[in-house]
Amino acid sequence: MSSAASEQTFETIADIIAETASVDRAKITPGAHVINDLGIDSLDFLDIVFEIDKRFGVKVPVEAWTEQVNSGKAPAEQFFVLGALCQRIDELVAAKQA
Amino acid sequence: MRLEYFEMIDRVLSHDATHLTAQAHVPEASPVFEGHFPGFPLMPGVLMIEAMAQACGWLMVTRSQFSRMALLAKVREAKLRGMVKPGALLTVTAELIHDGSGYAVLRGTLAEGTARAAEAELTLRTMAFPAPELEAAMRARALVIGLA
Repeated sequence: MSSAASEQTFETIADIIAETASVDRAKITPGAHVINDLGIDSLDFLDIVFEIDKRFGVKVPVEAWTEQVNSGKAPAEQFFVLGALCQRIDELVAAKQA
Repeated sequence: MRLEYFEMIDRVLSHDATHLTAQAHVPEASPVFEGHFPGFPLMPGVLMIEAMAQACGWLMVTRSQFSRMALLAKVREAKLRGMVKPGALLTVTAELIHDGSGYAVLRGTLAEGTARAAEAELTLRTMAFPAPELEAAMRARALVIGLA
């Protein structure tokens, strides 16, 4: 995590994942891949994104991210490893406040 | 309504960016009622939910100006409050709660007159039309129900 804000973001998102997808909170680490390591399927991920959208007041651009990954323009780790995901959320929040 | 063809919405009465109200007339006869139930025909609860999902879907399709399809992904807190019998004239509403990236969360209701028959929070996946035939069919159906 690159900043205190990201630490707080991580805690919030980890709580969301634990509550929404019934994932053991201890398994949710900054290095965990949301899909591969935490076993979250697409519907649970959709629920998680809804909670993130609500709590952070943003619109997580999942479709754009997925398109970047599928077209080879970005690695999946850039969006779907938890530490990186938190940074992306911080960036979305900062962009909204700018 | 043509239950066996999953045509649940007969007419869109009004809509704006976040709300849609539609009318649905339950047929007097349908093969569905032969099994549900013999001697006591009732509109199945899953079709009540489907009617709300379709109202929500039409709202999302028209919001996208017919560039995206919406598919039911999740039903939350569904309540089937009343029995719907053949011949019932239903009002179906959709209210957008959140329009996310690739999904939307909406509230659906179904009423007969002033009596609420069902309600649910529905999550729909939204995506570009996966087949031109589907887009054409949706546009054609929209004309029939007064949406386009």
